[in-house]
Amino acid sequence: MAGFIRKILSDAVDAFEERTGLVKFIGDIARHPVPPDTGWWYVFGSAVLVCFIIQVVTGIALATRYVASSGSAYQVLNYITYKAVLGNLLRGMHFFGASAMILLVGIHMIQVFLMGCYKYPREFNWITGVMLLFLTVAMGFTGQLLRWDQTAVWATVLAAEMLGRTPFIGTYLARFLLGGKTLGGATLSRFLAFHVFFLPAAIFTIVGIHLYLVIHDGISAPPVPGVKVNPKTYRAEYEKLLDERGVPFWPDVAWRDVVVAFGVVATIVALAHFVGPPELGKPPNPSLLANDPSPDWYMLWYYAVLALLPRGMESVFMIAAPLCAVVFLLLVPVLWNKGERHPSRRPWAVAAVLMIVLSIVGFWIEGSKAPWSPKFDAQPLSAALVGTTSPPIVTGAQLFHDKGCEFCHTVDGQGGMRGPDLTDVAHRLSVNDLRIKIANGGGNMPSFAGIVTHDDLDNLVAFLESRPTMTSIPP
Amino acid sequence: MPSETQEPGRGEALSPERRRFLGRLSIALSAIAAAMVGILVVGFIIGPLIQSEEPVWRQVGAVNNFQIGETVKVSFEDPSPMLWAGVTSLTAAWLRRLDAERLVAFTINCAHLGCPVRWLPKAGLFMCPCHGGVYYADEQWLQGRRPAPCSNIRSACATGRWRSWRVPFPSINQPGAGRWQGS
Repeated sequence: MAGFIRKILSDAVDAFEERTGLVKFIGDIARHPVPPDTGWWYVFGSAVLVCFIIQVVTGIALATRYVASSGSAYQVLNYITYKAVLGNLLRGMHFFGASAMILLVGIHMIQVFLMGCYKYPREFNWITGVMLLFLTVAMGFTGQLLRWDQTAVWATVLAAEMLGRTPFIGTYLARFLLGGKTLGGATLSRFLAFHVFFLPAAIFTIVGIHLYLVIHDGISAPPVPGVKVNPKTYRAEYEKLLDERGVPFWPDVAWRDVVVAFGVVATIVALAHFVGPPELGKPPNPSLLANDPSPDWYMLWYYAVLALLPRGMESVFMIAAPLCAVVFLLLVPVLWNKGERHPSRRPWAVAAVLMIVLSIVGFWIEGSKAPWSPKFDAQPLSAALVGTTSPPIVTGAQLFHDKGCEFCHTVDGQGGMRGPDLTDVAHRLSVNDLRIKIANGGGNMPSFAGIVTHDDLDNLVAFLESRPTMTSIPP
Repeated sequence: MPSETQEPGRGEALSPERRRFLGRLSIALSAIAAAMVGILVVGFIIGPLIQSEEPVWRQVGAVNNFQIGETVKVSFEDPSPMLWAGVTSLTAAWLRRLDAERLVAFTINCAHLGCPVRWLPKAGLFMCPCHGGVYYADEQWLQGRRPAPCSNIRSACATGRWRSWRVPFPSINQPGAGRWQGS
């Protein structure tokens, strides 16, 4: 019986193969020879692809419940998150899948750059990879907006204002993004069309080309110090290497990709289960003003850059820097497509990667702290912290909160970080200097001359003068 | 039938002139068909850019509802709300009654990147939570990333009702930014 079933299946496969040739086609691709000793550094590309597949699958599942209506999307998100069977898990998987995809795209790109895999004859694969990098970020941004809570609404306004700074066509770009002059009913449909149709179609197409080029040009051999890429001889050397020492991709090399893919899937599912999707913010009502818009984690570094750039450079940076980054990345394989591949022989390449990664991490840390933002939730100093019942000091402490000083300055460990800590300001400035500073402002400090009265000024100075003494007394 | 001089499987070849003509015809027809579809599709997608939209006044309340000297938030509807926009169609302005007859309206959007500014009544300042923009009570720039006043929100007082029209985005390119109009 088993033999009979086996024969029927074998005949069916033969008939299918005779009509399509797909079994041989796929088998040839799976078993195509690759250089030996590729190791674990070569797994990141397939890991990104796995993330993309997770995004497509979970995205289709979420789309079966999503309603792309500006008025209903927030309620639908609430329903998916808190009521739909497995909805919370699916949202979490989609979020962590996106996060993993962005992270792994970055790591894949760094690995390809440091190992010189973008050099001849793989220049076009680098270029398609750069396109995929920016498409992935665009997917992340449009996806965050589909969450359609208050943060999404203000992120949309922020993006429109940034686009608005483009010379000549800024207004048109902003309105193209919003689907009109203001945020409203047309905006969400537009983001959905980009997130679900346009961008994925572009990614599918370019991933197809990317993978075709991997097969066409072959996987690059691990770099060896002193072995240089010479476009005139590279093809022959590569063919010789494959003939002499090549190994079939499946399963000799692919098993590592599968192990990592399993780890990626398991991590995404575990994070979705144990951490869950990002909390929904307040409803997408642009007339609710008590909020603190901030981007998802992968754009946090850019949020910090916008806060820390010199003022005059900002508009130029917003428009020119992304364009320069695109042009530079596209030019990398044009400018350096031959020569050494091993990172130990390319110190400038290593230094450039280190500088970029450290800069992004540094800006990311600053962005997560956002010391430039006023701390609106700072509470008035407690009586214990004020440490006295002396009327001018108590009144000054209250004014320190009421006049907004505390939103930007820390005193006794409480308050914002935009301005300097004023706990021991009395050691740095005299009474007269304090009065002048409060009245006139200076640096990033506003002038409070028209905002505080003469008495207010006296009380504020009395409060600040008292801090070093009070903080030295244990509570 | 293939002629004897032709290679097997190539069929009867057309003359070079005819092949060139048919090749160009095919390319031209494809391009025209693609253009017909493409122009209509792109036109539909970029329609919001070229669609004219008249400003619409929205009433935000009777003048006597506002206390002299107070700055309060008023909410009102977008000038072109769509039926499915829900709460997204709402927007707001900061409204201050100066005396018995005069009111002024201020935008809720920071001059930097449009984030919502908050009114701190005891400090008499507008502050932005995003990148630390600070504005005087008349929304003139005090501190922050973009040294410019917040954009204009047009408003008018008529027959005891206060009317307002929101700032379109991007706000930075709006003419007359930084001024308010009232009556």
